[in-house]
Amino acid sequence: MRKVDFVIIGGGPAGLSAAHKAAEAGLSSVVIERDDKVGGQLVKQTHMFFGSKKQYAKTRGIDIANILIGHCKAHDDLIEIMTNTTVTGLYDDYILTLLTDDVYHKIEAKAILVASGASEKFMLFENNDLPGIYGAGAVQTLMNVYGVLPGEEVVMVGSGNIGLIVSYQLLQAGVRVKMVIEAASQIGGYKVHASKIKRLGVDILTNHTVKRAIGDDTLQKVEIVEVDDQWNMIEGTEKIIECDALCISVGLSPLSTILGMLPVKMKYVGKLGGNVPVIDYHHETTMNNIFVAGDVCGVEEASSAIVEGSIAGLFIANRLGYKHPEYEKEMNDLTQQLENLRSGPFGVKTVEGLRELRGENDV
Amino acid sequence: MRIERHPILNFDVKKKVFFTYNGKRVFGNEGDTIASALHALGVRKLSESIEKHRPRGFYCAIGNCASCNMIVNGKPNVRTCVTKLEEGMVVAEQHGKGVLYEKS
Ligand SMILES: Cc1cc2nc3c(=O)[nH]c(=O)nc-3n(C[C@H](O)[C@H](O)[C@H](O)COP(=O)(O)OP(=O)(O)OC[C@H]3O[C@@H](n4cnc5c(N)ncnc54)[C@H](O)[C@@H]3O)c2cc1C
Ligand code: FES
Repeated sequence: MRKVDFVIIGGGPAGLSAAHKAAEAGLSSVVIERDDKVGGQLVKQTHMFFGSKKQYAKTRGIDIANILIGHCKAHDDLIEIMTNTTVTGLYDDYILTLLTDDVYHKIEAKAILVASGASEKFMLFENNDLPGIYGAGAVQTLMNVYGVLPGEEVVMVGSGNIGLIVSYQLLQAGVRVKMVIEAASQIGGYKVHASKIKRLGVDILTNHTVKRAIGDDTLQKVEIVEVDDQWNMIEGTEKIIECDALCISVGLSPLSTILGMLPVKMKYVGKLGGNVPVIDYHHETTMNNIFVAGDVCGVEEASSAIVEGSIAGLFIANRLGYKHPEYEKEMNDLTQQLENLRSGPFGVKTVEGLRELRGENDV
Repeated sequence: MRIERHPILNFDVKKKVFFTYNGKRVFGNEGDTIASALHALGVRKLSESIEKHRPRGFYCAIGNCASCNMIVNGKPNVRTCVTKLEEGMVVAEQHGKGVLYEKS
């Protein structure tokens, strides 16, 4: 069996940043990615990012992916990227089982970073399994990676940033967005994103949800309904909307299932998106040398995934005997960046979630 | 339906990749996944649910949910949203759980 120092599961912004920082310190790594390319969620994001310059604000997601890939290529003597490979098992003797094009193989590591990202939440309503009902990320992948349109007329469910951004991208691709509906009484995402699509004539209906989908083999119509502030449907307010695609954007939850194979302590924290591993400040789980970074330990943003991955990479390298020449300076700087990212109004949820995760509210 | 013009992205005309879908000869583009090629052809139903035989299409498009399973080159339960289209592939709608090896 192949034995290596450091294995990273997932080649998104968190995983790539960890590989890069570890390489700067001299530690080699193997990045394992199930897709045929690395970059994670960034490869389909055509919009410019927010945040501060250090995390590439005002740069498009797709370009940030290329910058991170470039950083790793500059260290190709130390970083091996294994694409088309899914991690199928993770064992307590630090052995991972992998599947590459139907071939099953194993690898052993001294330290493992799980950076597997998040998966889209689903919604309960009648006929919610009809073809034509897609996750917002799926629609983004279909359009921006493969150049295929999801339909002609789309209804978007959810007005968080992802719902708003994907609505705008649908309009850019020439699709008619009939409306965005939102169960809460307020729009969830940034005002700039909402204004952009409103200017293009898309209504955002708050206090509305989907009651059922209608269609034989594929979606033809949806029935929407008003809801009160407790999200109870108000009878008599139903409306039928014709559309051939319904795009669901009601949040993400950490893709942490693979950690279930290890004796690491997990906790359900709603503010972080779902079931997450309990971690310390260096992103180490309750099991020695098993680390996590990015959306898998709390759904946030690419900017924070980059910083978390960098912190973990730096720390793991040091643990395995490769101290970065400017370790203290780098670590302080990264810790500060993460604090800054979470200092705004949208960071409150994460900060509170992390406190809950660490049991700091229990006293 | 494919995107023809886009303000940011550039979708150059790509090589055609011919494959078989439910017995018909059709084509997608080089770089497509099976699911994206079928969607571009207007095919949204990819399989039927195991018990109630309800139509199923894809949902996540990144390999998380298995909603896009089809029979590819005789092999069932292939996640077509993350499987690259190849020349000459034989793709069919999946009904039921699928059979890996026919009993002889
Ligand atoms: C529409 C949209 C808009 C967004 N806008 C912004 C924005 O403006 N600014 C911002 O900062 N963030 C934004 N984000 C969020 C950002 O994209 C994510 O937070 C970020 O990509 C998370 O990074 P990650 O590395 O944790 O996970 P991911 O990017 O999800 O990467 C995880 C990788 O792991 C791989 N993987 C998973 N399981 C396995 C396995 N078992 N074996 C092998 N590989 C595996 C996956 O294929 C994937 O490539 C947006 C997201 C979306 C969907
Ligand atoms: S659509 Fe989810 S796995 Fe293919």
